Amino acid sequence: MKKELRSPVSQRPFNAENINKTGIGAEVSIELNGKKLRVPLGRSILDICRDNNIHIPTLCYHEDLCIAGNCRMCLVEVEGMKNLQTACSYPVTSPVKIKTFSNKVRKARKHIVDLMLSEHYGECYSCVRNNNCELQRLAREYGIDSYEFGHVCEPRFEVDDSSHAVVRDMDKCILCRRCVRTCIDLQEVGVLEAVNRGYDTKISTFMDTPLNDVICINCGQCINRCPTAALHANDPSDQIWKAIEDPSKHVILQTAPSPRASIGEEFGLPPGNSMTGQLNTAARMIGFDRVFDTNFSADLTIMEEGTELLGRLKKAIVDKDKSVMLPQFTSCSPGWVKFIEHFYPEKLDYLSTAKSPQQMFGAVLKTFYAEESGIDPADIVTVALMPCAAKKFECNRPEMNSSGFKDVDYGLTTREMAKMIREAGLVLPELPKSSFDDPFGEASGAGLIFGSTGGVMEAALRTVYELVTGRPVPFKDLNIEACRGMKGIKEASVKLENCIEEFSFLEGTDLKFIVAHGTANAKVVMDMLIKGELEGYHFVEIMACPGGCIGGGGQPIPTSESIRKLRAKAIYEEDGASAVRKSHENPKIKYIYEKYFTDGPCGKISHKLLHTKYTKRGKFIN
Amino acid sequence: MNDIEKNKRREFVSELMNKYVPDRTSLLPILQDFQEKFGYIDEYSQQLIAFELDIHPVEVNSVISFYAFLYDKPVGRNIVRICKNIVCEFNGSKEISDAVIKEFKINPGETTPDGKLTFEHVNCFGLCDKSPSMMVNGEIFENINKESALKIIKELK
Ligand code: SF4
Ligand code: SF4
Ligand code: SF4
Ligand code: FES
Ligand code: FES
Repeated sequence: MKKELRSPVSQRPFNAENINKTGIGAEVSIELNGKKLRVPLGRSILDICRDNNIHIPTLCYHEDLCIAGNCRMCLVEVEGMKNLQTACSYPVTSPVKIKTFSNKVRKARKHIVDLMLSEHYGECYSCVRNNNCELQRLAREYGIDSYEFGHVCEPRFEVDDSSHAVVRDMDKCILCRRCVRTCIDLQEVGVLEAVNRGYDTKISTFMDTPLNDVICINCGQCINRCPTAALHANDPSDQIWKAIEDPSKHVILQTAPSPRASIGEEFGLPPGNSMTGQLNTAARMIGFDRVFDTNFSADLTIMEEGTELLGRLKKAIVDKDKSVMLPQFTSCSPGWVKFIEHFYPEKLDYLSTAKSPQQMFGAVLKTFYAEESGIDPADIVTVALMPCAAKKFECNRPEMNSSGFKDVDYGLTTREMAKMIREAGLVLPELPKSSFDDPFGEASGAGLIFGSTGGVMEAALRTVYELVTGRPVPFKDLNIEACRGMKGIKEASVKLENCIEEFSFLEGTDLKFIVAHGTANAKVVMDMLIKGELEGYHFVEIMACPGGCIGGGGQPIPTSESIRKLRAKAIYEEDGASAVRKSHENPKIKYIYEKYFTDGPCGKISHKLLHTKYTKRGKFIN
Repeated sequence: MNDIEKNKRREFVSELMNKYVPDRTSLLPILQDFQEKFGYIDEYSQQLIAFELDIHPVEVNSVISFYAFLYDKPVGRNIVRICKNIVCEFNGSKEISDAVIKEFKINPGETTPDGKLTFEHVNCFGLCDKSPSMMVNGEIFENINKESALKIIKELK
């Protein structure tokens, strides 16, 4: 069902799927460092080397992106060719002899690093990417101990920190254009491009406009793919330390599902190790007064969004109300929300009005929780640990103050949390486990799987199906496999049968849904909507980041499809082991509706605190 | 930019979309035609063209910035380009440029306040055998010197 992407074939992401297609079935014999091999025709030298555990340094190459071949780091010798060849962009089509190490190769690569450093302004020890920087690693790999071609001592550019999410420090840019390819090909947003020529080349926004004033959706995917610190997140940890040190402040941390599945990577663990308990301990040792589970408010989101969907269905089917927009689109990904506000402002009515779990939690903490615990909401500081850069923008939206205060004060990424933990002198994997604080320490597995693409859909179906039919979803172990996996756009349906009386109007309905991740795929879905091809669909989940939140722009670097799969696996395993697996069965959710949101999901009180409205932004920049 | 100006540009862009295949491959001729008519490609029109071709405004901007003969800012009524590349420089182009800078009080890349003249340095016209060379409003002048160059420029309207 996936339609052609806008980009020409040469610029399509070069992912595992189409690598296999490039080999047209035939094989060719080559010699690699003197060893005879048979390889698929058309496979690149780089891939062949990786298949054979031969290290090739790369910079502009990234698994998720199309080939650019502009950094020249991956040079190798190909017999019969006068010049060295770039391994990443050399498809093998004849029986060549390749040498990946020789004096010529070593010197050329060293020169390239040297040339890059000659224009690179920055000091590693005061840099956010210290020890996690691909340029720094290459400088070490090629034994750079002096600047053969000189070194800039003055900054050439001003740092652009206008955006809540992404800071651009072009003095550290090596012009690999990974960000360009990310923003255009992977996300279809198109904020960044290289401008000018030769020495004056730089990565720029449209007419050099500050990032906050362009169509950037704050997804942070460019940060995750930048090899250096030229792009990094806007870090609020200084303000958070200050709040922690202030005894009059009650500082609360809510932690999203994805950071716990990935933060171990920041401490040297392989991807896929869940650190939930250790993270709670670390947060307390750092000085947070309470640690709550965002999954609780994910459950709350499901209640609201699910009820909203049933309400829309009822209006459309029973009342024949033409003004009701279906399918309903999810609204928990702030990158996606800004994407639709910019590119499809006339379609905003399709978006659920439910706030994201982060914002719902903030509103609940500064009202319900403040009241129950007798703390002045003005003294409450809420911090959200998120896998996401766009959450920083979201919590700063002016309309997000339904509690009478700024609902969420700071959005903190997984990387920044790891930094705070290190700074506190702690080694996360060595810490004992502890659980979340009451009263928001209980959450269902449904809230947990929000972290992966398809998770919101799966969680919503578990609840909606049961509300409508009175029975659990008819899938083995409640696992809705159709929602899972890394396919760009997934679709499936569940038949609603033997509905309870209240929902008899849905009897026999095939509940049809779509799950998409990465805004390039969102664009495909939106274009289908415009062409009327989504007639008969009921619910669409969209996540701005490839893989969903586990691949979010605030997650540990590097990220790739295989890493995202491992993180997702950790989340699904934890869900499988949860005692409560459905949002509506979370006892704390029942409690909050009994005590506080007394007129039920989508009632008046919840509308005030848990729902929001959107801005028609449009794509023109003035 | 006011709405009247915007409308003019919108109309012309839609004419161009009929003239060429509305596809990213048509970007350069579209930009050339647009500049021919309006002198430069303003921010608004860059975005219009991008959306018509289903590409991103920043890509249009990138193309314009890459080509020395495409402008995203207003230029003077006359454009004088002097080659600064190596052969011309050996044959004295720097002296000629310096004289222009002094005489008209503008730096390379600038336009005189009265909007009469934009002066630019360029890299090699491919006329090295007849260097130093200069281009005035698309017309080539070969083997120039300080005096002849100033005279040509002064005669411009
Ligand atoms: S970007 Fe990398 S090389 Fe540059 S200062 Fe930071 S760590 Fe060092
Ligand atoms: S944050 Fe996302 S939208 Fe913004 S520049 Fe980066 S990739 Fe593009
Ligand atoms: S900002 Fe980062 S990703 Fe973009 S070109 Fe520069 S170094 Fe590469
Ligand atoms: S990695 Fe091959 S040219 Fe950059
Ligand atoms: S160097 Fe001036 S025309 Fe070639």
